[in-house]
Amino acid sequence: MADTHTDTGTAARRPRHLLRLAPVLTVAAFAVPIACGLVGTLMPAFGYLPAIGGDRWSLDPWRVLRGAPGFSTSLQLTLVVGWASTLLSVLLALAVAGFLHHRAGAKRLGSWLAPLLAMPHSALAIGFAFLILPSGWLVRWVSPGLTGWTIPPDVGTVGAASGWPLIAALVMKETPFLLLMILGALNQVRAPAQIAAARAMGYGPVMAWFKVVLPQVYPQIRLPIYAVLAFSLSVVDVAIILGPGNPPTLAVQAVRWFSDPDTTRYFPAAAAATLLLGVVLASIGAWWLAECTAQPLLRRWMERGVRGGAAAPAASVGAVAGAVLALTAVMSMLGMLLWSIAEPWRYPDAFPPGLTLDTWTRQSGQLAGPAWTTLLVGVASTVLALVLTLACLENESLTPGPARRTAPAGAAMSAVSASVWLLYLPLLVPQIAFLFGLQVLLIRIGLDATTSAVVWAHLVFVLPYLFLSLAEPWRAFDTRYARAAASLGASPWRVFWRVKLPILLKPLLIASAVAFAISVGQYLPTLFAGAGRVATLTTEAVTLSAGADRRVIGTWTALQALFPLLAYLLATTAPRLVHGHRKGLA
Amino acid sequence: MLQRRDFTFLASALLTSSWARAQALVAWESVLGKARGQTVFWNAWAGDEKTNAFIAWVGEQVKARDGVTVVHTRLKDTSEAVTRVIAEKSAGRNEGGTVDLIWINGPNFLAMKQQGLLYGPVTQALPNFKYVDVTHKRSNVIDFTTPVDGLAVPWSLAQIVFVYDSARLRNPAELPRSAPAMLDWARGHAGRLTHPKVSNFLGSTFLKQALVDLIADPAVLQLPATDVSFAQVTAPLWAWYDQLKPTLWRQGQQFPDNGSAQRQLLNDGEIDITLSFNPAEAAASVSAGLLPPTVRSFTFRKGTIGNTSFVAIPYNAAHKEGAMVVADFLIDPEAQARAQDIKYLGNLNVLDLSKLSAADRARFDRLTPSATLPSAADLGAPVLEPHASWMTRIEAEWQKRYTR
Repeated sequence: MADTHTDTGTAARRPRHLLRLAPVLTVAAFAVPIACGLVGTLMPAFGYLPAIGGDRWSLDPWRVLRGAPGFSTSLQLTLVVGWASTLLSVLLALAVAGFLHHRAGAKRLGSWLAPLLAMPHSALAIGFAFLILPSGWLVRWVSPGLTGWTIPPDVGTVGAASGWPLIAALVMKETPFLLLMILGALNQVRAPAQIAAARAMGYGPVMAWFKVVLPQVYPQIRLPIYAVLAFSLSVVDVAIILGPGNPPTLAVQAVRWFSDPDTTRYFPAAAAATLLLGVVLASIGAWWLAECTAQPLLRRWMERGVRGGAAAPAASVGAVAGAVLALTAVMSMLGMLLWSIAEPWRYPDAFPPGLTLDTWTRQSGQLAGPAWTTLLVGVASTVLALVLTLACLENESLTPGPARRTAPAGAAMSAVSASVWLLYLPLLVPQIAFLFGLQVLLIRIGLDATTSAVVWAHLVFVLPYLFLSLAEPWRAFDTRYARAAASLGASPWRVFWRVKLPILLKPLLIASAVAFAISVGQYLPTLFAGAGRVATLTTEAVTLSAGADRRVIGTWTALQALFPLLAYLLATTAPRLVHGHRKGLA
Repeated sequence: MLQRRDFTFLASALLTSSWARAQALVAWESVLGKARGQTVFWNAWAGDEKTNAFIAWVGEQVKARDGVTVVHTRLKDTSEAVTRVIAEKSAGRNEGGTVDLIWINGPNFLAMKQQGLLYGPVTQALPNFKYVDVTHKRSNVIDFTTPVDGLAVPWSLAQIVFVYDSARLRNPAELPRSAPAMLDWARGHAGRLTHPKVSNFLGSTFLKQALVDLIADPAVLQLPATDVSFAQVTAPLWAWYDQLKPTLWRQGQQFPDNGSAQRQLLNDGEIDITLSFNPAEAAASVSAGLLPPTVRSFTFRKGTIGNTSFVAIPYNAAHKEGAMVVADFLIDPEAQARAQDIKYLGNLNVLDLSKLSAADRARFDRLTPSATLPSAADLGAPVLEPHASWMTRIEAEWQKRYTR
């Protein structure tokens, strides 16, 4: 059908030739830098980097790494933070989903989660730090009135050796992400009908969700969970702000060594980055093994047909915890916003003695440059990713793929899941494991420290998110609209521009807003590809977080959070403005 | 582009004849000519807002005067820029490098000098260098016992002072004015003293200051440390620190990232004493609302360590002439006076004020006054920095002893 009319016009053929290149180009755009970067990191990990005197292979970097002070503490901390935050995020996301699914407002959950998700990690971490300090906002509310603390208590919170603030901040960011993934997966399961059936058999709403819906949803959130695990094990910016400093997590230690003036430190840095890659892969493997072990046990539990149990109260507790976390995130951001307009504000005052726009005025000159760069890089990487994604999806819909027509459904599924795995690659490989190698490569091809290099590095992470958010609505497009237009004589181009795009404008804009938010939040890729010379709101905010005036940090984090929020606002209101006169599209 | 031998020639000729001085002027004219239109990437630590504002002002000035654009490459740590130059050298980029000017001293300067990563000597080519005090302010030409050899231009003097809030520590007689006194004080005020983490230069400086104060003859620190001398000389330091550490903020398990983080702790009321390498910083912080107006400064009775901040040009810098113009402007009396004014920065100048014209000298009399500023008598004589190897070893030894 779609192919019958494309074969009729020669004009229509040319774009299709180009479209065929799209999947190759797209994969190359993110897989090539990762592959080259990994090789470039692996070689010095085994002693080979002739440029700085490593001209023979050896295991010395590993010996140095193992002998470094605090190495085992650092490794242990990395594992605890990664696993604890992932487990907590998954449990919380499942609890909240189980608690909310049958209640009013569950539908709007997605739009509530969006702003939380849009918040750059580092902005949230900086705000959370002020909230929980012994001289921070929470203590200031109750001191000295309730506590008698005229001076702040000498208790470690931010930077505590156990890493709990780091875990809390990660859970705060990863739970909404997983929840959104669960909501997306629910669209593909006929959940309400099945839950209704289960409830008719006497299961409570929570138990029905866990026993009937979750087993179908889980395979689809497996990759997002792996991504969360990989991210939590290798996160750098949040760990710099909230994590312990002596020793820090493995990823932070690697970054520190990479930026040491003593070049011999590159070798243990590369070894640490490689070890981190190993830790991530092993953790994903361990999680998968745990899934396999748990599966028969859970199946038995389901088949036993127990109706009551602790599921409902547990989900309620989880939902409360989720609400507290969401509130904490909001307070964290409000605290920094308040700082940006505060007069000198000292312990134990719960609120600033006065408000002023002085800090904003004084900072405007400094903010402008990085703000523009953030905008430019964000828009450029989003547009590039959008073009590539649309080309791929259009190629897919125009190509009568053998998988679609003839092959059994199983093969089609495995082809799709293979491509999804590939798309998740940038989210599963720790950033530090390939960014150093990538930097060396960029220097060699003379692209380092340029805005284009930063755009490319962002594209690696922007592309998967954009593809994953756009693919589903795009594939769900009712092709009868296109066929109707084609039968009226419209070319594929015209069908695309006049029919498909307007109908899919809303998901397209929302996916773009997600992509833009991802770009705004990037710290390490900006630092490495930009060689520290391309300053964005995020790199500056993280730099300032190490001790600058909190009022100044407030302006940076406020702007950092504002950008993605505005993008979301634009994405949700624009279709209403453009398509105000078309029912169902606004 | 100016070659290295031109400078050697200039440097020797300068001292002898006015003809040479005229030649130098011609050479400088040519530098100015080439510099016009260049964009200088000045790599400087960006953790302090006032410094950032000062760098921005320098940019405006050289733009207006000589048509040189300054871009402040904001660093979290100076080593980032050093790493960058090293990475470029590894990749074979020996010209057209991305770093034009680095704010540098201490181990970073030593590393770059030793590896031949610096361009110059440049100081004698700069018209304003004649105002720099190279006889009394010895750290202007000897950086952590490393001879600067004209490879870096001094622009700011620093000396350690301790800062406290007089509203909380009311009796100045009880202030700990020596390392042993500080230990006693800390025992009586558990959790109220700390120092920046030792990988930060101000953190290792705290230990160095204690070392200088604890040993009988600090002259031994002017020689490079050896395994034997290090173990012997620093023994009293570790004995002192072993007792001090458990009395520190967070039981000595956590440390602020840097000086401004520690200042924030004082402002938040989490600690009672902070330290600074800039005697005017407390005063400047008060007027910026970063510290309460009641803060005052003190030093050790035996004096405290002083050193100089420099700017240096990497060997492969793409815009060397522009960088030289910026460096020369930094030692211009006008820029030095502004840098010393607590309204802007509050850094001590590197000049010999007696060499200035009356009009230029008057700039230093018009600076903003402040009660928080220590007088020259309070500051006392600055103590020379130990050889850089001591700092490196102290840092490594501390990591070995206290990182578990």
